[in-house]
Amino acid sequence: MGIIIAKILIPFLIIVNLIPLLIWVERKGSAYIQDRRGPNRASFFGIRLGGLLHALADVIKLITKEDIIPSQVNKPFFILAPFITLTIACVTYAVIPFADPLIIDGKLFPLQAANLNVGILYILSMSSLGVFGVMLAGWSSNNKYALLGGLRSSAQMFSYEISMGLSLMSVVMIGGSLELTTIINQQSHFPWQWNFLKQPLACLLFIVATFAETNRNPFDLPEGESEIVAGYHTEYSSMKFAMFFMAEYAHIIIASALISCLFFGGWQFPFLSTHFLREQAGEGIFILLLAHAFLFVLIGIFLLSKFSKGKYGDKRDYEVLVIGVPFTLLGLGLGFTALFIGTGDYGVMGRQIFAALMQFGALMTKILFFCWLFIWVRWTLPRFRYDQLMHLGWKVMIPLSLANIFITGVVLLFL
Amino acid sequence: MHHPYLPVLLIIVLGGLFAGVFLLASSLIGPKKGTKSKLSPYECGLKPVGNARERLDVKFSLVAMLFILFDIETVFLFPWAVLYRDFIKSGLGLFMAIEMGIFLFILAVGLVYVWRKKALDWR
Repeated sequence: MGIIIAKILIPFLIIVNLIPLLIWVERKGSAYIQDRRGPNRASFFGIRLGGLLHALADVIKLITKEDIIPSQVNKPFFILAPFITLTIACVTYAVIPFADPLIIDGKLFPLQAANLNVGILYILSMSSLGVFGVMLAGWSSNNKYALLGGLRSSAQMFSYEISMGLSLMSVVMIGGSLELTTIINQQSHFPWQWNFLKQPLACLLFIVATFAETNRNPFDLPEGESEIVAGYHTEYSSMKFAMFFMAEYAHIIIASALISCLFFGGWQFPFLSTHFLREQAGEGIFILLLAHAFLFVLIGIFLLSKFSKGKYGDKRDYEVLVIGVPFTLLGLGLGFTALFIGTGDYGVMGRQIFAALMQFGALMTKILFFCWLFIWVRWTLPRFRYDQLMHLGWKVMIPLSLANIFITGVVLLFL
Repeated sequence: MHHPYLPVLLIIVLGGLFAGVFLLASSLIGPKKGTKSKLSPYECGLKPVGNARERLDVKFSLVAMLFILFDIETVFLFPWAVLYRDFIKSGLGLFMAIEMGIFLFILAVGLVYVWRKKALDWR
């Protein structure tokens, strides 16, 4: 029982902690894309930490704001809508595997919250439940903008769900399973065997469909602020609004995890197989520690070199020291640890844990890259018009994905 | 050995708790000073005109119906897609490919029909 709870809680906490980080990346990234500085005011005893504190400040602000429930709304559904949206957004991660299964006493120990053999169907069903929160929010608000936003959103999500399912079909045909672990194993650790090269069209269709499913730009018509104020969450305030916001980022993280699992090898470390990682754990830890030590010392020294006392004339001068000194010390500590322990032997369990951590790192790198892709696209592309959106969904993506299934079937037959 | 869906149940409970705590916290902590204009529907600062729940464009329900049709056909494709490689290995590949070709053809005919009837055009 304890193991189940650990397997549920650890990825949950990772996702929940990624949400404020992503919001920070979004605000800072959009600022630099638009040539401005972004959030840099919130401070803790005069130390600003590059705007990271804004996430914390926002949470405190939103919790202490008045929770307005307008008089015309359908109260139970109005409260239920953000609840459903956030709950569903937190549930989908269950089947995403984080590393190669460990082998304990000859038994496989899968590193995913729930080891279901219908993984892809579970994800599709759960992500389609997200429509309910949006629809309920739009309808129960009894506001014209909210209703229009909810209708737009549900029609859009319906339309793109079909092409999402159809584009996954070819991946399932190649993998011959609905289990994500099997699909990742079948992609192997060589990047040229990953599904985005075997199924480039399906990969592109899936990425576009996930953009539409998460209501992100260029498909953010449900909350197109220049047309319908804020769409389905126009009437929401304080933490209820924040819950829709958090659910959006949770959806982005899970969509990125799915894209990396299905098309980019998931936890597969490029060029290094699980077997190799387990065999070479001693050298691996040594190199990893040294590399991190080098990186941390480099960052620390760079920050320390920026220190000059008269720049602002107050506590802001010491910001670089607050981050730079711990980084340097941590780097030096890691370096000495590496030199001290050398390339030791860590036993069967230690090697497996090392391999799992390396693969988890590879997966996180891929997830963060796709999260950045979501942000990058949002601040680069303009919004679609609604008829263009429907045209793309029904007249381009569905025929293309049907053709893709047909071609995959024929190629598999004669291969 | 526990039931494979037990973690899913626990995750739903966890997600519900997570969302519930936020709802409860904001309703407990935040001030409650509702005035008449604060609690009225938002219409860009103007007085609301009429009710929001009036008649809607039939397009939206058409999309919903088309979605159900095509999504069910997607579901029918999944078992075939999972077993397709096994069928190829056991020599039934061509038969299954033709079968699914007919199915996809009917699906495509349906799509073309809906297209020609201009049900996919968004005015």
